[in-house]
Amino acid sequence: MIYITILTILLTFVSFIFDREKTWRGIKKGVKQFLNILPTLLSVIILISIVLYFVSDEVLMEYFGRDAGIFAYFSAGIVGAVAILPGFIAYPLAGILVKSGVSLSVIAVFITTLKMVGVLTIPIEKRYFGLKVALMRNALSFIGALIVGIIMALFLSYL
Amino acid sequence: MTEYLKKYRFDFSVIIAFSIFIIYSLFFQFNPGIDILKNNFWEFLKEMLIALPVMFILIGLFDVWVSKERVQRHIGDSSGVKGVLLVMLLAFVQAGPLYAAFPVVYILKKKGASSSNIFIYLSSFTMAKVPMLTFEIGFLGLEFSLLRLILSIPVFILIGLIMGRYFDKHKGALNEV
Repeated sequence: MIYITILTILLTFVSFIFDREKTWRGIKKGVKQFLNILPTLLSVIILISIVLYFVSDEVLMEYFGRDAGIFAYFSAGIVGAVAILPGFIAYPLAGILVKSGVSLSVIAVFITTLKMVGVLTIPIEKRYFGLKVALMRNALSFIGALIVGIIMALFLSYL
Repeated sequence: MTEYLKKYRFDFSVIIAFSIFIIYSLFFQFNPGIDILKNNFWEFLKEMLIALPVMFILIGLFDVWVSKERVQRHIGDSSGVKGVLLVMLLAFVQAGPLYAAFPVVYILKKKGASSSNIFIYLSSFTMAKVPMLTFEIGFLGLEFSLLRLILSIPVFILIGLIMGRYFDKHKGALNEV
């Protein structure tokens, strides 16, 4: 993230040198868009914070573990689809899950749906694409993630 | 102003209810409330406030500097394989959560990017960002990352193509929010 910030500052600076008026217009446009999405973003992170409070790590293990069999792929997919975790939390968590016996292919489903499917951010996505397209994109991505996980399981067991 | 409040009626209700709950929790030392605030909400808010304003300023600058013709030529309807590769490359070097990609997608589409390319962008954005890959390799191993990437890319290009078709067929439009 830090290099994007540096890049932005640099670009804004360069842009300012070339055309002051244009730069202001661009920044104003950006800020306006940000303010427009802010209420929805805030309400979404509030709801996520509350949901995450009720889901503990032990519960995750029970549904992800080897004992869960093929069911683990679906639960990993569903949890990944609903959860919103930043990478710096998701990867350490995934590492812990692998160490406690969750298979890598189940983790692949979890990581992929976590990133590609955002059930809780559908309200945001809907504002841009409309509900139908947002639902379709999430559904297809979910199926895609399962396919990736299952092919991965085949690879890993023959490797 | 009233229209603004009406559009975000639900969101403002949630925000106000949550604010009251948090003030109540802090005042009466209600632990679950403080937990939700400190461990979850605050972390997300930080991530959001670091990633998004920067993203939106970039988008604003992009909007005023890059012409529609240029975007159209490189990642428009007739850009083919080169367009797909370009849009993936663009996505890989960015950072931030999925919802930060929607405004970028909006501006790309407005400037004439093809529908399938914007969905491929969206997938690539979350699939393989360079900063996140270092994390992934660190915790799950190089073998895992490579395998996941190699398998994900064709699957999500395919999804991008399907979504693009669906989007065009139903005359989908991206809204400015």
